[in-house]
Order: sequence, then structure tokens, then C-alpha cells
Amino acid sequence: MQPRTQLAKIWNAHVVADLGDDTYLLHVDRHLLHDLGGSRGLLDLKERGLPVHSPHLTFATPDHAISSAPGRTGTSSIGRDLLIALREETRAAGIRLFDVDEPGQGIVHVMGPELGLSLPGCLIVCGDSHTCTHGGLGALAFGVGSSELAHVLATQTLVQRRPKAMRVSFEGAMPLGVTPKDLILRLIGVIGAAGGTGYAVEYAGSAIRALDVEGRLTICNLSIELGAKMGFIAPDDRTFAYLAGRPFAPKGGMWERAVTEWRKLASDAGAPFDRELTLDVTSIAPQVTWGTSPEHVIAVDQAIPDPATIADPSRRGGIEAALDYMGLKPNQPILGTKVDWVFIGSCTNSRLSDLRAAAAVASGRKVAEGVRAWVVPGSEQVKRDAVAEGLDRIFIGAGFEWREPGCSMCLAANGETVPRGQRSISTSNRNFVGRQGPGARTHLASPAMAAAAAIAGAITDVRRMESA
Amino acid sequence: MEKFTQLTAVAAPILRENVDTDIVIPISRMVGNSARGNLGQWCFSALRYHPDGSENPEFILNRAPYRQAQILITGVNFGCGSSREAAVWALKEMGVRCLIGSSFGDIFFNNCLQNGVLPVVLDRATVESLAREVEASQGAGQVSVDLRELNVTAPSGKRYAFTVAPQRRQALLEGLDDIALTLRRAPEIAAFQDEDRRRRPWVYDL
Repeated sequence: MQPRTQLAKIWNAHVVADLGDDTYLLHVDRHLLHDLGGSRGLLDLKERGLPVHSPHLTFATPDHAISSAPGRTGTSSIGRDLLIALREETRAAGIRLFDVDEPGQGIVHVMGPELGLSLPGCLIVCGDSHTCTHGGLGALAFGVGSSELAHVLATQTLVQRRPKAMRVSFEGAMPLGVTPKDLILRLIGVIGAAGGTGYAVEYAGSAIRALDVEGRLTICNLSIELGAKMGFIAPDDRTFAYLAGRPFAPKGGMWERAVTEWRKLASDAGAPFDRELTLDVTSIAPQVTWGTSPEHVIAVDQAIPDPATIADPSRRGGIEAALDYMGLKPNQPILGTKVDWVFIGSCTNSRLSDLRAAAAVASGRKVAEGVRAWVVPGSEQVKRDAVAEGLDRIFIGAGFEWREPGCSMCLAANGETVPRGQRSISTSNRNFVGRQGPGARTHLASPAMAAAAAIAGAITDVRRMESA
Repeated sequence: MEKFTQLTAVAAPILRENVDTDIVIPISRMVGNSARGNLGQWCFSALRYHPDGSENPEFILNRAPYRQAQILITGVNFGCGSSREAAVWALKEMGVRCLIGSSFGDIFFNNCLQNGVLPVVLDRATVESLAREVEASQGAGQVSVDLRELNVTAPSGKRYAFTVAPQRRQALLEGLDDIALTLRRAPEIAAFQDEDRRRRPWVYDL
């Protein structure tokens, strides 16, 4: 048999029908719904008089539009209406909902892995572009729009064209102060926000093998910021150890059988890739974005780029517009740039290991005067685990605000925004124009870097703080 | 779905790279189950309007004749980022039925095809030459896109061929609905699930 990629193995195992021209009808194993689009999709089906095809493979939780305020008293009316609609429509369709204040509720890409709903070899979709996150467990997972979402509800399948295969190998040991977020931001800096467009990206190499599952989820989460709709990692013993005993993971004999199958998913030696590249991890420094695309990224000790040095006019224009929006000058160090807001959260960096990394920096220190710093755990379970080990006390003691789980200020769908013109350092995934609110200026960085900026009141090199 | 067959219209070049769907439609305008239908006025709002709500005359879609554009000539990776289909709805509500660019965000590309909006992929040099021709005519030179013949005609009459996956083309030409087509395959889907359940019971028996 010809050597095959993990992409080919999972893809082929889900083909219900070959529609020609490299387009297939694929079976969807897990469909995750959230409050922003879930009830609308269910209402669309109802209006067409169609039932949900496989409600037992569909799971829902509110995350996007709910408030993150303690006690959740500040939920906007739109958020409340969407939550009520999600409750009503999931109940009517027989879909399991993980509701506010119960374990399981959380950012949909935190919730799927932690419940063991997301499994190796599964095809997972959700009406959210960061569905690629679940690839960290060896699943083929991607975001869909409203129409495709309705198609999945109605048929449990999706019409998709097969993407090209790219493999990115991260080799070497991560230097002190460098995190999975820095690895993936660096990759985006190297190949650009369009570098992965049309591809499914497999992350490999010694640095990936050495990562725990939460770090792998962070890596895969930013696949879409490379342009790649899906990104994944071969499942291994770390994956299986993470999944064992999770509420929806297989148990007993079924578990053994599943693991045997999951071990066969990794790309075969000699499997063909359309593009391959290798990054040396040992030379990567903590990363921070300066502009309005995730590809606008530099090492924290580098200077802001000068558009005058860029020959391509559309690229130069983009950089000029980004600097103008961000209120930054070319050739200046990014270090020392004052921040007004700090956001630690989002499907990228809101898991327990992320909160531990931020708390390690915050512990025994104080948030700088005039800075508002939020910690928004990714799920009810993350929140409870963090409280059990006292992380909330560390954050609150240092002057951070400890909030309720959800997407919150990553995309500001719930009205939690950074005010116009103010500067935020954020552990989220997008520094787009207006992403955290109209006129908000966002710098993406790791949890440790965000916590360090909260303490310093400015973008700072966490490696220097750790040695202090 | 609304059909797409042929279109001759004003084309507006927006060649900025990596235009994300947050720029196309900001989240604050699309949250809620009844936002659809009111999105056109907020399309590109961060570029189209000043913070005080007045129009930014520098933005191309605020200038004649581009205000009437039904075609956008787009930069690399247009529509990257969020999966929000409201980006396509907003463009369509503003009158856009076709985008011509060298690459598109993968999820956005699919969302276009679900809404009778045609994303045409041409090589970057061709896209830029098309934009230059349009700009030289100050927008007066219209662009034609023919999905039956699979070609784009520049204002100069120069013609460029493009490709679209055959079943996608058919769906656009006839205004076919994906869900209705797939539901005809219900027995195949049921057979797949039966067989797959034996192979991977842990996926189904939760």
C-alpha cells in the first residue's frame, strides 16, 4: 500500500460519496453548536420542515455572546435572547446542551477536548473558524458558515473539496520563556497569513512531540490565522493519557480498541506532502504582533518594521495602514509600548496550563496603575480547577479581574470591548481592525507575555522578568 | 439559492492583502438572530465611515461609479479569518455578486458558493492588470463575468479563462440547494453510519 498522510487516512474514512473533481460528501462525527449561530441554524431547519439528522452527535454550549461578568449580571439583551433560543431549540431537537454554571460549559473549543467529545480520527465541525483547535488531538476539524452548518444539521454530512497537504516540523527544544503560542506566531510570521490557504497543515517534529495536549491545541488553534482551515497533530501516548477517563471518551474494552485504531492514524513514513518546511525552535524568542494581521509579528526584542523598505505596493500600503491604525512608528522597539488593557483568555490560551503560566508571572506582583487586566477562564471546568489550586487568588491579589468562562473580549460579540484608541495585549488569536471593539488596538502574545505586560504596564520581555 | 450565470458591472479594486471578515462585517452588527437583511449598510464600516459616522470619501466604495460596484477585484487572501457567513450576506446586500482575486479565505470561499456569490480565482498578475485597467478608466470600464463560458472579460476586451468545480458551477447556474441534493442520498448516509458504527463504535455510542 502507498504511504498515506494522516489527512488522507481521516479524509478517506469519512467519504460517504465521491462527487468528482476531488470533492466529496463527508460524514461529520461531531457537530458543535454555540450561542452565536446554533439556534439560528436549528431555526433554519425548522422553517424548512427538516429534522436534525443526528442529534446524538451534536453538542451545544453558550460561549460567544454570554457575559463574562462575575455573576453574569451584565449579559446584553442580545446575548440573553441567543442563550434562551439555544436552550429552547436544543431541547426541541434533543441536542445535549452544556449550560451556564454547569461543568462542560465553556468556549466550544475548550469544551470539546476536555469532555472527550473530540477524539483522534474524528471529523469535527462547528460554525466557528477556530474549530481547527481540535486537531491538537489528531482530529480533522474545521469551521463552517451558516449554510454549511444547516447542511450538517440536516444530513450529518458536508460537501468539501480535499485540501492540499502541508507538513510543518518544529525541531529542537523550546528556550525558556517561549511557549507554543510563540511557535505558531513565528510560523505565521515566516509564511504569512495566506501561507496555508488551501492546505491542511500537519504539525510535527521533536518540539511538537514534546508538547502536552493543551500546548498542541494552542498550536492547531492558530492554523486558520495561517489561512489553513484545518491543522492537526498525530495522536500519541500524550494524547491518549489526556483523553483517558474523560466523560465522553470510550471506556474499558472500547478504549483499548479505539487506541489501537488511533495509533494507525499518523502519517506513514514517505507519505507525500504538497509542501514541507522545518522551523528551528531553539532560535525562536517570545513573539508579539505589532499590526492588524497575525502575520504582523516580531520577536519582542525586535523593532517595528519600516514600510519604506517594502517594494510590493499593496503590501507596503497594508503595513502603512496597520501602523496608522495601531498608532505606532516604524523602526521603534516594540518593547516599552504602553498598554491599557490585558486580556488573558480565548480558545487559544484559556486552559489551565495557560492560566498557570500567567499566574506564575503575576504571583507576588501588582498590575500597573491604569491598566485593566482580565482573566477569563476557557470553561467552567478550567475555572473550577484553577480555583482549586488557588490561581484565582493569585490573580485577584495581583490586581487582575477574575471572570466567568466564555469568549469575552477576544471578539467582543458580547459587548465586552476595549475602548476606541486604547491598546490591549491579548492572548487571543486575532489582531484585526476592530476585533476587540471599534478602534481597539490589539497585540497578540502568550499568557506569560500578557501577564508580564500587565505588571509592567507596557510590552515587556518576560524572559527578563523571570530572571529578575 | 439565487442563480449566477453572467454579470457585466462596475468593478471596484480593493487590493489590500488579507482583508478579513471582521473588516467586511463587524461582530457588533451581526449578533442576533434577526441581523440578516440589515447588513449592507455596515459592510466595510471601519473603512467606509469615520468614527463620527460620516462617510470616508477616500474609501473606494464611497466614490462614483464604484458605489454601484457589483464586482470586487480583491487582494491576496480576501475573506480570511472568521467563518461568519454574514460577511457574504453583507457584501450581497450591498450589491456585490462576484469577487475576482488570486486567493480567498477557504471558509469564505465556500460561504460565497452557498449564497449565489461567485468567487473567481485568477493569477495575481491578471488580477492586478484587471485592477489597473479599471482604475485607468476611473471605474467606467465595466468587467464581464460569464459562468457559462467560464471567462472574465476586461474593459479592453481581453478575456481570461477561469475554473470552478463542476458541481459548484452547476449549483450556481441552476440555483440548486445543497441540502435538497444531499437529502436524496439519505440511504447512502444511513448505510455509511451503519458500517462505520461497527468499525468505530466509540464515535456513535456515547
